[in-house]
Amino acid sequence: MVTGATTRSLVTVRGLSVRYGNHVALQGVDLDVNENEIFGVIGPANGGKTSFLRALNRMDDFVPHMRVDGEVTFAGRDVRTIRNLYALRRHIGVVFPLPVGLPLSIYDNVALSPRLSGTRKRAQLDEIVERCLRRAALWDEVKDRLDGLGSLLSGGQQQRLTIARALSQDPELLLLDEFSIAVDPVTTMRIEEVLKELRQELTIVLVTNLVQQARRLADRTAFFLDGRCVEIAATDALFGGGARDQRTVDYLEGRFG
Amino acid sequence: MTAVRTVPTDGFATTSRERRALTVQHAARLLFLLVALLLLAPVLCILAVLVVEGAPGLSLDFFLTKPRDNGAAGGIATALVGTIWLTMGALVLALPLGVAAAIYLSEYARDNWLTRTIQVAIVNLAGVPSIVHALFGVGAFVYFLGFGKSILAASCTLAVMTLPVVIVSTREALQAVPKAFREACWNMGATRWQTIWHIVLPNSGGGILTGLILVVSRAVGETAPIMFTGAVFLRALYPSSVFDKTMALSLHLFNVSTQVTNVPRHVPFAVALTLIMVVLAMNAIAITFRMRLRGRKKW
Repeated sequence: MVTGATTRSLVTVRGLSVRYGNHVALQGVDLDVNENEIFGVIGPANGGKTSFLRALNRMDDFVPHMRVDGEVTFAGRDVRTIRNLYALRRHIGVVFPLPVGLPLSIYDNVALSPRLSGTRKRAQLDEIVERCLRRAALWDEVKDRLDGLGSLLSGGQQQRLTIARALSQDPELLLLDEFSIAVDPVTTMRIEEVLKELRQELTIVLVTNLVQQARRLADRTAFFLDGRCVEIAATDALFGGGARDQRTVDYLEGRFG
Repeated sequence: MTAVRTVPTDGFATTSRERRALTVQHAARLLFLLVALLLLAPVLCILAVLVVEGAPGLSLDFFLTKPRDNGAAGGIATALVGTIWLTMGALVLALPLGVAAAIYLSEYARDNWLTRTIQVAIVNLAGVPSIVHALFGVGAFVYFLGFGKSILAASCTLAVMTLPVVIVSTREALQAVPKAFREACWNMGATRWQTIWHIVLPNSGGGILTGLILVVSRAVGETAPIMFTGAVFLRALYPSSVFDKTMALSLHLFNVSTQVTNVPRHVPFAVALTLIMVVLAMNAIAITFRMRLRGRKKW
């Protein structure tokens, strides 16, 4: 992120709590995600990282018993007052830990979202499919078999297909939830390169359990622990010994038990 | 200092306790195998008797000529055609309703009292004896809705009776499509219906087809629900509309085997053989379909 430039926040979160029935997964989170930054979220399992993502694009609608309290705004709008949730979800792309290749052809996987929003012209769809697959670093591997089933690609390819699909809806915000869990290290590195380029045009929230991945990619990093946001700081500062909270220091140094 | 453990030299010898355990194990295996084989026996016996006694009566003529002398002579053409009408009618009614209900239950319904009530209703509907369905059909379709004793009334009765089968098999097929596919679509801004139409339905066709064939094989065989609502003992004409009465194979079998005298011995067996062949053929088609669909896995 360029310092000095005016940073505008795309997402603001105030007093966010997430509950599943009686279980509190997240509480009292306040943070901003700025435009065109990669915002890293790290922390051990059950820290509330995924719940945080779910609150951003209103996934509580289809997770049973999930309750969200507090305020989340996206592009200045309180997400709870947005009536057209379908539009909200088109503005926010999501990539889950496990790759999801839909049981459609590779082409149709990427063309599905544009088609649903009314793009019918073949040439236009062709262009979108190629552009998104290229940006997800998958084009060269699949360009000769676009009619093959997306769900039969290898795990790493499927994850890049998932990213291509998320990009096909032209999102302003991309949410990545531990995307490299089911992906080999080489593919992970390729996707990381892609993310660095994508930062030019959109905003990324990167939830990861790999501390070094956040260090490589994120402009700022938040540390979540036991449903609370312990600390948010510029990644360089956080990893450069500038962590203020002892728990963050312990986690970054792998001394966690 | 503790010594490293070593495998004793007699470590693999069989003790008498182990020998006893093995004997019991073999006996148990044999017992269960025999019980399983016993289950095969009735099916084979039925088939054998029907083939031996009924096959001589089967011929193209038997299928294509109308019964004469109350079924004692001639063929089964009107009954066969009537069964096809009744079955198709049941299918046309039960399939769309059942699939729609299954889609609601699987894709839209939240776990609340209404959903649970519907579930209980389906289970109970499946458990209602067919003769009770028949009486319901008489009251609801023949009299209340004024269909009279007709193919329409009988098909409606069969449809109500087979609805639980369609709903359960369709819902299972829908549930077999991974939740992750749905969530991926929803997160793209797809509506529930778009998700169902593009992803869920195309991948549950096999289960829906299985349900369809189960309906057919059940509707073909049922007697009680149709004998009060639309099927008749003897009718010389082929049905020409859904408001006609009709003959049906299952009822015809009942008649020629218990109600009519002077029926040649082979006739009831031939009718029964026809009936069971239709049902078995349907089941075979269902099984082939399922294997085909399982063969080309899509994820």
